Amino acid sequence: MTLLDFARGPAIHWSLIIMATGTIWRLLGVLVLTRGADLSRPRDAFGNFKGYRTVFSRAWPSGEFTTATRYQTAMAYVFHLATLVVVIGIVPHIEFITRLTGASWPGLPNAAGVGAGVLALASLFALIARRVSKPAVYCSTWGDYLSWVLMAAPLVTGLMAFAHLGPRYETMLAIHILSAALLFAWFPFGKLMHAFWFVFSRAQSGVAYAHKGVRI
Amino acid sequence: MTTGETLGEFLGRQGVSRRAFLKFCSAMASMMALPAASVSALADALEQARRPSVIWLSFQECTGCTEALTRSNTPSIEGLIFDFISLDYHHTLQAASGAAAEAAREEAMHENAGQYLLLVDGSIPSVKAYSTIAGISNLDMLKDSAAGAAAIIAIGTCAAYGGLPKAAPNPTGAMSVEEIITDRPIVNIPGCPPLPLAITGLIAHYLTMGSMPELDRLGRPLAFYGENIHDRCYRRPFYDRGLFAETFDDEGARRGWCLYKLGCKAPETYNACAQVKWNQGTSFPIQSGHGCIGCSEPNFWDKGGIYDSVAMGQFGSGPKIAVAASVGAVAGAGAALLARDKKHKTETKMHSDE
Repeated sequence: MTLLDFARGPAIHWSLIIMATGTIWRLLGVLVLTRGADLSRPRDAFGNFKGYRTVFSRAWPSGEFTTATRYQTAMAYVFHLATLVVVIGIVPHIEFITRLTGASWPGLPNAAGVGAGVLALASLFALIARRVSKPAVYCSTWGDYLSWVLMAAPLVTGLMAFAHLGPRYETMLAIHILSAALLFAWFPFGKLMHAFWFVFSRAQSGVAYAHKGVRI
Repeated sequence: MTTGETLGEFLGRQGVSRRAFLKFCSAMASMMALPAASVSALADALEQARRPSVIWLSFQECTGCTEALTRSNTPSIEGLIFDFISLDYHHTLQAASGAAAEAAREEAMHENAGQYLLLVDGSIPSVKAYSTIAGISNLDMLKDSAAGAAAIIAIGTCAAYGGLPKAAPNPTGAMSVEEIITDRPIVNIPGCPPLPLAITGLIAHYLTMGSMPELDRLGRPLAFYGENIHDRCYRRPFYDRGLFAETFDDEGARRGWCLYKLGCKAPETYNACAQVKWNQGTSFPIQSGHGCIGCSEPNFWDKGGIYDSVAMGQFGSGPKIAVAASVGAVAGAGAALLARDKKHKTETKMHSDE
């Protein structure tokens, strides 16, 4: 079995199994553990609605923080959008998702995919630079750095494989797939889970505050 | 049998002009990445080359490799060079059969001990009874013939890597030449079949240089297998622009767009098909509208469907994900119930402390 066979076979399959198991485990583990209902009378009749609105309203910093958070807000938006384009816009990625789910859609020209990959990687570096330079703000753990490395690795190896840099193409492709497999396997266990958590955590805080009549 | 005739004399007798011969030498020097100045030296050396004795052993094979080399529409210089070698044993092409054929092989081996070229096509079954020639198992015949060979050329993917006979579940225990013979120089010319120019190019290199060319990690001459087909494919611009044929009869297919989505394996297949092409440079599989199946790579038959763009990536084991999700659900619910229980106990304890 070659490295590429291993990457395309057992590695990617097991990483997806770990991701599916881990994600559902963590989601259920927290969601089943609900708080009891707040028995106090809500201060606002539309409390719950306003609370759920927070899921969207927190996608942007409050006016007071615009200046202070401009840098990471901009970089985080660039990173998330560019990564989304990379994941769902590049043809081999779409082919992979199609094999997995049956869904398919048109892809982007390679130049657009490479551009998005470079943007995603550059913004990721911009974000880690801020994290490293302001340790007091972020209180980073080793898990945060691991998440960063595992996120950056598929971008770096994907760009290298496309540009035919480093080892032979099939070896570089195998390394790229393995790096994605590691990302999938780590996904449920680090802060990457925010991809699922953000909806629940924002809604939870929104509802709690709205119940107390806090304007948010 | 070997004679005193040189290749130059032989080609002259066949009506090949010196101009045509020099064109062939230029093409050969270019393919083998030799400097331009070496063309005349190559031509001189080839012209003076004496007929080498060649023994061609065919084991678990389909004769496609021999067909590719000999069945070209018009005689090519590649074909004539093949005619030039003293092919002392090839049980598809030779007139003799039975004991006379085996006697010819043994005589050639004896007379040219240590000097003959051994060409092998087909894989070798490790279970001896599965394939025999004149009562001799393929395994024994290969070992016997390899002992006195100057070099071995494994022609076709079966001889080079096991090929189709080795495809799972490999009922005959098929093996490649290099898995059995380890003490002789071996060059692999894989392909199903390989390009005729790669076979004769290698023989021409051996005749002129007296040695085998530079090889890649899979034992293939870099001159012919140094680059992947995707990088040399004339449909590559469509890949880069994101234009793909989705089926074999859609607009994209008619307009000659990239075949990647139809399972083309060119990105990870190393061969000279896109430059040299087949049938005197007429076409090659991708040009005829079918994706590359990666036939010059080891175990290509077992790497998933030839029409799957994500070979081995498809989750044929969808139930595995469902089982995984169920395990996750059970683990998650279990963890939550334990935590809830703990919370209630803590609450009860706190209330009792009050």
